[in-house]
Amino acid sequence: MAKCMAGDLLKETFPEAVRDIEEFRRETSITIDAGKIREVMTFLKENEKLCYDLLLDLAGVDFDDRSPRFMIAYLLHSTKFNNKLRIKTTVAEGASLDTVSDIWIAADWMEREVYDLFGIIFNNHPYLRRILLPEDFVGHPLRKDFPVKGPDFGQPLQVCLEEER
Amino acid sequence: MGVEAAAAASLQEVINWARKNSVWPVTFGLACCALEMMVASSSTYDIARFGSEVFRPSPRQTDLMIVAGTVTKKMAPMLKRIYEQMPEPKWVIAYGACACSGGIFQTYNVVQGVDQIIPVDVYVPGCPPRPEGLLKGIITLQEKIAAEPAGQRNLVSLPWGNNG
Repeated sequence: MAKCMAGDLLKETFPEAVRDIEEFRRETSITIDAGKIREVMTFLKENEKLCYDLLLDLAGVDFDDRSPRFMIAYLLHSTKFNNKLRIKTTVAEGASLDTVSDIWIAADWMEREVYDLFGIIFNNHPYLRRILLPEDFVGHPLRKDFPVKGPDFGQPLQVCLEEER
Repeated sequence: MGVEAAAAASLQEVINWARKNSVWPVTFGLACCALEMMVASSSTYDIARFGSEVFRPSPRQTDLMIVAGTVTKKMAPMLKRIYEQMPEPKWVIAYGACACSGGIFQTYNVVQGVDQIIPVDVYVPGCPPRPEGLLKGIITLQEKIAAEPAGQRNLVSLPWGNNG
C-alpha cells in the first residue's frame, strides 16, 4: 500500500476547505467543509496521483449534543493504488448537502438511505425518496430523539390494502 | 338426533378427515424460521408423513399459511393480501417468536405478533423452533380441524359480502 498523499494534496489544492486531518492506525480521516464537498470529491476521483474511483460506503451519524448535529462519512478506495480514505463532513439540522451520486453512481442508494434514516436532504439527487422504510412512514428513526419502539408502540396495527381504501 | 342431523355430522367427519390429512402450505418464509421450515420437508423430518409436503407457490392452491419469521410493517400489506388470496377453508400457523409476538424486535418497524393482521390457529414459539416444533404445530392443527363442527366455516365468500 502506497503512502496516502490525499491529505497533503488536498491541503495544497483546497487550503480553505480542509478542516482537520487525522491519522489513526494508518487510517486517514479528513474533515472537509460541507460547501466544498463536490469540488473535493471530484478532485479525489480524477487526480491521477489519488484515483479514488470506488465509493465503499456513505454513512450518516447523529451527534445530538454537537453543533452542527450530523456527520456524513464517505469511505473511498483507490483500486489503482489500493489506498483507502475517509472523508468526513458536518451538516446542521435542517441544512442540506450536495449529492455525489453523479461522481460515484454507488452514492445514489446510499444517499437515499441516509435521507430515509436521518432526514438529511441531498441537493440535486436524481430520485431522493425513502428506500428502506414504507413511503408513508413518519420520522427518521436513526435520529437519537426517535423512540426505538416507535411513537405508536402498543397501539393495534392498522393494515389497509389498496383496494380497501 | 334425527337421521338428517346424524348424516350431516358423519359427512362433516369425513370432510374434516379429508381436510386434515391434506393441509397444503403456501411457500412463505420471511426470516431464519423459514430455514427450519425447509428442513421440515427434508427426509430426516419428512413433513409428507402428515400430508403437508406440497408447498405451493400460489396462494390460490393452498390451505395453510405458515408465517415463518419476522413480519415487518412494510411486509404486512403483502402478508394480508396473500392471506386474502387463499381460498376457504384456510388456516394459519404463527411459526417462531417473531410471528407470535414480535420476539426480540420491540422496534418501530416490526409487527408485534401476526395475529394483529390475520387470525392465527396455532402458535409455535421458539427462536427458531426446531422442525419437530412445526410438525407438532401441524398435528395440533389437524386435531383442531378434526374437531370442527358442521356449519362453523363459511365456505364461499362472495364479493358483495354474503357468505354461502
